[in-house]
Amino acid sequence: MIASGRIGTDVPRVDGLEKVTGAAQYTADLKFPRLLHVAVVRSPHPHARVLDVRTEKALRMPGVRAVVSGRDFPLHTGIYLKDQTVFATDRVRFVGDPVAAVAAETPEAALEAAALVAVDYEPLPPIFDVEEGIADGAPLVHPDLGSYEVVPWIRPKSGTNVCNHLKIRKGDYASALAGSWRVFENVFRVPQVQHVPMEPHVSVARVDLAGKVEVHTSAQSPFTVRHLLAACFGLSHGDVRVHVPYVGGGFGGKAGINLEPIAVALAMRCRGRWVRFMVDRHEEFYATVVRQGLTATLVTGVDRSGKVQAQKMHYLWNCGAYGGYGVNIVRSAGYTCGGAYEFPNVEGDSIGVYTNRPVGSAYRGFGMQEIHWALEQQMDKVALEIGMDPVEFRLLNALGAGKATVTGQVLDEHAGRVDLCIRSVADEIGMDPGRQKTPYRGKGIACAVKAPAMPNDAASSVVMKFAEDATLEILIAGIDYGQGLMTVVAQFAAEALDIPVEMVRVRGCPDTDLSPYDWQTVASRQTWATGNAVLRGAEEIRRKLCDTAGEALGVPASELILRGGAVVHEATGRSLPLARLVMGYQFPDGHAIGGPVASATSYLPEGLLFLDPETSQSAKPVAKWTFGAQAVEISVDPETGQVTVERIAACYDVGRVVNPGLIRGQTYGGIVQGLGTGMMEELLVDTKTGRAMNASLMDYKIPSTEDVPAEMVVDFVETPQKDGPMGARGIGEHTMIPTPAAIANALYDACGIRISEMPITAEKVWRALKEKERAASEAGVAPAVPASVTA
Amino acid sequence: MKKTITLEVNGVPETAEVEVGTTLLRFLRDGLDLTGAKEGCNEGECGSCMVLLDGRPVNSCLVLAVEASGRRVTTIEGLSKDDVLHPLQKAFLSHAAIQCGFCTPGMIVSAAALLREKPEPSEDDVRKALAGNLCRCTGYRQIVDAVHSAAAEMRAAASVGGNGNADAGKPAACEEVTA
Repeated sequence: MIASGRIGTDVPRVDGLEKVTGAAQYTADLKFPRLLHVAVVRSPHPHARVLDVRTEKALRMPGVRAVVSGRDFPLHTGIYLKDQTVFATDRVRFVGDPVAAVAAETPEAALEAAALVAVDYEPLPPIFDVEEGIADGAPLVHPDLGSYEVVPWIRPKSGTNVCNHLKIRKGDYASALAGSWRVFENVFRVPQVQHVPMEPHVSVARVDLAGKVEVHTSAQSPFTVRHLLAACFGLSHGDVRVHVPYVGGGFGGKAGINLEPIAVALAMRCRGRWVRFMVDRHEEFYATVVRQGLTATLVTGVDRSGKVQAQKMHYLWNCGAYGGYGVNIVRSAGYTCGGAYEFPNVEGDSIGVYTNRPVGSAYRGFGMQEIHWALEQQMDKVALEIGMDPVEFRLLNALGAGKATVTGQVLDEHAGRVDLCIRSVADEIGMDPGRQKTPYRGKGIACAVKAPAMPNDAASSVVMKFAEDATLEILIAGIDYGQGLMTVVAQFAAEALDIPVEMVRVRGCPDTDLSPYDWQTVASRQTWATGNAVLRGAEEIRRKLCDTAGEALGVPASELILRGGAVVHEATGRSLPLARLVMGYQFPDGHAIGGPVASATSYLPEGLLFLDPETSQSAKPVAKWTFGAQAVEISVDPETGQVTVERIAACYDVGRVVNPGLIRGQTYGGIVQGLGTGMMEELLVDTKTGRAMNASLMDYKIPSTEDVPAEMVVDFVETPQKDGPMGARGIGEHTMIPTPAAIANALYDACGIRISEMPITAEKVWRALKEKERAASEAGVAPAVPASVTA
Repeated sequence: MKKTITLEVNGVPETAEVEVGTTLLRFLRDGLDLTGAKEGCNEGECGSCMVLLDGRPVNSCLVLAVEASGRRVTTIEGLSKDDVLHPLQKAFLSHAAIQCGFCTPGMIVSAAALLREKPEPSEDDVRKALAGNLCRCTGYRQIVDAVHSAAAEMRAAASVGGNGNADAGKPAACEEVTA
């Protein structure tokens, strides 16, 4: 491969100019003639039977063009488990479940008409907690679970609220536990949180007079939107066209279908009209998808050397009302249940439970931040209990080349080095065990690992073609919703063909009628999967250019190289600029050869194997792993309980840094989002009414400039990924995985308290400090600072 | 009820008839097709709709279009002219301070107002000035760095003065902000 400095350099975002000038168009910025507006009738009950829906009054209101409800669209949909209809038919399952929708000439008319839709409900007992949901005799959220269509690798349990259960059985857990020197059991919890993309969900749909469905939508997965819409409405994929303009953040919340089916359902009833459904910020919080909650119970048995011998991990996921992507999070959390560690004997259970909460689905990290919250605190607790330094304990138990994951996959030397990441952040933050301690200041560390959670055949493809002046156009259907995909695609192509990045135009706002297929932009897979497809495309382009140039110059194509925007024959010094080749070459006598140069290439991960249905053992269950670690230094105000993150260090083995500015941006962004979920965020649901209690940016705070640590230090290890484009592997999600656990561990280091339920709020810290003080004074011990500090 | 308003938007005089309840944000987006200011929450919490009203930053979702009558409005579209970018726009590009880009227009507008008030802001000044502009992607680090960098560039240009600066031909709206 040529190396001319376009990889590993700060190439500015190729979509940057549009974004700083206001030129970039997002879905709500698009203009449509005579646009209709949507209002949705939502369930006020967390769980109820729907007895009757009467829409006549609403339909008669002036300006109303369509009113639709469950009886109009009975087909089930769902990416893995088809458990959802466009509108509730016989039952509503959370406060906000759509029951009917109105399209009208003005937003005001739509809202007024929606209020005229009369729905008769018979309330049913709701369940909000996983423990209730999994108990014998619990009310069933989906009594028809057994009849739903489902992919073979998701295993719902008919007659229960379990929408998926993945078991890991490795080695002999029971014997190893019995033989352990010491055993520790702890429970950790994570609440539901919201993605809070700055752009709320919005979809615009039209069904033309010939019946073709066209959708413009803020989505991560245009082809999956098409696929699921086709299934949902019984249409041919060929009659559904999906456009995705610029997307204002997604973080998993815009994966799959969200608002699109409601917009399409209404559009079907007013042919030829564009119908726009845009949720307001309040609906965005509870009526679009959220992150799942987790209750994790961990049991760890160690030997005298500090090596973990037996590890039990019981993950109960609060999936909310529908399975969505959540059923696959359950699976992914199962086969990743041991995190960045080698556990020889494992009993793992990852169980998804339906409840009457907002719908859990994909969220940056896909379950990993949640399980690492538990695992990384457990590792810290065990280390400290047995008198080991938490850093050394992690290094002793860390995965690495030659070691086996919980599925029995033995990692090779290309897998990435968590040990180097641990050392990097521990050095940066100064975690030397002999360090001087200051009261109410502490340091903590946590590791992270994640693999892309996707079907084994998830593919990406790209089309590359030239304009007459040799500008290279690359069509992709991966979405650049901030992570920088368009830019790295341009870098890969420019590097492989040795042309300036400025000569590349990435067509990154896909249209399923015209763009090449890409499964979905999720799973931190795009740089890797689309990147691989681009390199294959570039090779094909190179070969075609050299073939034509060889004939034109009368030299063997094999002797030609691409250099500086030309095809060059080094031996004779002769060359042809690309502009003379990309549309075909014309000889001096007028005859022409070749033709427009283009390529269509794809990438599909190779060699992935299903998990064993009973034990989940598999030699290669996922395409790749990305490892990393973060360490933090915090201070605690004992008067208020306020925790301040003073410094944070992050290090990831990314295989290859493609663009330093972009990857630092991913890392800072992940850290701060991690800090938000770790310290500030929780979607509160009132267990009396099932209503979200903080569904606004006023009541649900996300980090602002004033919440960001004074110093964030970012470092990367580059162990090339064998099947990665120029060695690169995924990083987008990983950056927010370890942050909350690292802060929790630093809190213990600072003042000897543990918060087992995310987030670490000032109130929880203050209460824990008071409790500790009370316990200490009862025991007659000086309470003010941890023993380790006073010693 | 409708009312006629007259205002200057990005240096261009505009006259329009608007419903009195129409927000400035809606008027800019729907009435003038200036979609750079975004609707992120419609209740003044996110800053995505930030514009300058007589040079001061406002959440345009909280201002009625009729309140803007007789005043000057600058949106992100008014910060650059043809191919000449505002120093903040350049700095956001060179510092990788953009991800999804949805908050970017509001963020740059708020920063422009800050630099007009304080040409040499401290770290704290920048953080405070941007605290009403939420961003879910970037973690803010590169944004804050970009603002400092643009401030330095603008100070250097101002000290050189006249046409000798790097931003000769700076657009009118830009001067309004930086004056």
